[in-house]
Amino acid sequence: MDGAPTLERLAGQDGPALRAAGAWTAQHAGAIERLVRDAERRARKEAAVEIDVSHIARLDTFGAWLIERLRRALTRENNAPRLTGLAEDYRGLVEAVRNAGNDAEPRQKEPGAIVLMLAAIGHAMSEVADTLIQLANMTGAIILAGLRIAVRPQTFRFTSLIHHMEQVGWRAVPIMVLITFLIGCIIAQQGIFHFRKFGADVYVVDMVGVLVLREIGVLIVAIMVAGRSGSAYTAELGSMKMREEIDALRTMGFDPVEVLIVPRVLALIIAMPILAFIGSMAALYGGGLVAWLYGGLQPDIFLSRLREAISLDHFKVGMIKAPFMAAVIGVIACLEGFNVRGSAESLGSHTTSSVVKSIFFVIVLDGVFAIFFASIGM
Amino acid sequence: MAASDDNVIRVRELTVAFGRHVVLDRLDLEVKRGEILGFVGASGAGKSVLMRTIIGLVPKVSGHIEVFGVDLDQADDAARRVIERRWGVLFQHGALFSSLSVRQNIQFPIRENLDLSQTLMDEITVAKLAMVGLKPEVADRFPSELSGGMIKRVALARALALDPEIVFLDEPTSGLDPIGAGAFDELVRTLQRTLGLTVFMVTHDLDSLHTACDRIAVLGDGKVIAVGGMDVMLASEHPWVRAYFRGKRARVMTGEPALEQG
Repeated sequence: MDGAPTLERLAGQDGPALRAAGAWTAQHAGAIERLVRDAERRARKEAAVEIDVSHIARLDTFGAWLIERLRRALTRENNAPRLTGLAEDYRGLVEAVRNAGNDAEPRQKEPGAIVLMLAAIGHAMSEVADTLIQLANMTGAIILAGLRIAVRPQTFRFTSLIHHMEQVGWRAVPIMVLITFLIGCIIAQQGIFHFRKFGADVYVVDMVGVLVLREIGVLIVAIMVAGRSGSAYTAELGSMKMREEIDALRTMGFDPVEVLIVPRVLALIIAMPILAFIGSMAALYGGGLVAWLYGGLQPDIFLSRLREAISLDHFKVGMIKAPFMAAVIGVIACLEGFNVRGSAESLGSHTTSSVVKSIFFVIVLDGVFAIFFASIGM
Repeated sequence: MAASDDNVIRVRELTVAFGRHVVLDRLDLEVKRGEILGFVGASGAGKSVLMRTIIGLVPKVSGHIEVFGVDLDQADDAARRVIERRWGVLFQHGALFSSLSVRQNIQFPIRENLDLSQTLMDEITVAKLAMVGLKPEVADRFPSELSGGMIKRVALARALALDPEIVFLDEPTSGLDPIGAGAFDELVRTLQRTLGLTVFMVTHDLDSLHTACDRIAVLGDGKVIAVGGMDVMLASEHPWVRAYFRGKRARVMTGEPALEQG
């Protein structure tokens, strides 16, 4: 509405002059910058001694800054060009911008790619070490808090424990049953498909039984728990940390580990064996169903074969692992939550690393248990 | 261009309700071009709700809101976007993007709306920071590394990034110490003068009302119960307005002697 911005070169009274006109506003800032850059380039040969701004229809911070930039480029040995025809309304703005840019400093130079790469490797290594130290630290803090609670049981937060057990146990049952049921179906189907080639259909029952009870049941449940409940723990504690709620607890004389972490970790330790048991049963049920419908194996044959194939040891191996995996998930989730710093991005990255680390440590732990049980002959 | 004494914001018969709870009940309010309007009311009376309704964050039940003479209900998306570019909002807690640095926060609206070179954006950022009284070094810090007062200033710089004509300030001085709050009032006043801003300021701060505002509107029972300068407020006989402007805490400012004290 005020016309496009222009910057003309005129012959003034005592030397070349520039006349700015039109709307020098944010909307046109890109075009104005090009005009100013041209003028700056030409000024190297012959600097104008006057900038006439009387024809400027509208001016805002962007326009004012560009005029100021032009004025600085035209300054020769402390002789700044005159600014003429400045409307009274804009005087304050131009002065504010003039004072503003005085202490501008160039951006710092970034280091080279190789240095950055080496730095990234170094950071990653020291992070691994930090994680291990922090894990030991947090485990120690939880054990200490547990001992304090054992001495004074009335300080234990029973309501909180029940609440978290509902969240991570009871409410997780449907999804755990569904996932493990499907996994059981898939294992049985694959087994039948391949075993049939050499007439060993019936050994599917052995495979499903041993695999589900020893490994798959508890592992699938642990991974689901890490993704579902571990991430929730990290996000809850992280946002409490961001809002200084944890600091508030501390100043009121409560130990955050005792109030927030112990009930959460304990809830997981109690809930996970139950979930692992339910999950294993659902997987066996799925396996049996597929063996019957797809493999033509009658349910009573499946059951009697299962009784022969598996012993109580297989079941125990799976169940013994569950609480340890729960503890690892709980400790990592809470630790990551406590490590969240002020920003939303930090909350996101700690929640991600909570899930990734939990799953990693669960699988490492599973491997350690495999060696252990093999050596004691279970 | 419109005349300089017209109303840039005109709210008529505005009703806002959450479920059955009516917050604003057929409220009327006008904001004149170039003024600083202070908006006060008891906690929970709906001051922020009015602000958020005007900028379109809270849906209204009925009524009309005109900004720059355009009814926001009738405006299509493009027209709305043009209007949104002409206002800036300072949220109560700053609402800086925590994953972006101060520089990126201020450049965010510029980058989205204008096609400028990085050099010019950096220069403008420094200028904006200086206008709100911050040093250029602050540009590379992240919001979590700033103090409360600095967050407010950076948020104001971001609100001003596109040189808006109206700025909405939601409790700009809450959480600042009296000196910081005073400096912030002074800053708003200066910027209003240099940039020709219209300022809509929700506040609790009697000092702000006294030193920064041209007019004051008082919200009570879902309506504007009083509007005018400080003299009008002091003359008002409405019980809440009386209690607010002539209570113990207010007397220090107005220099009136404490009546109830012995």
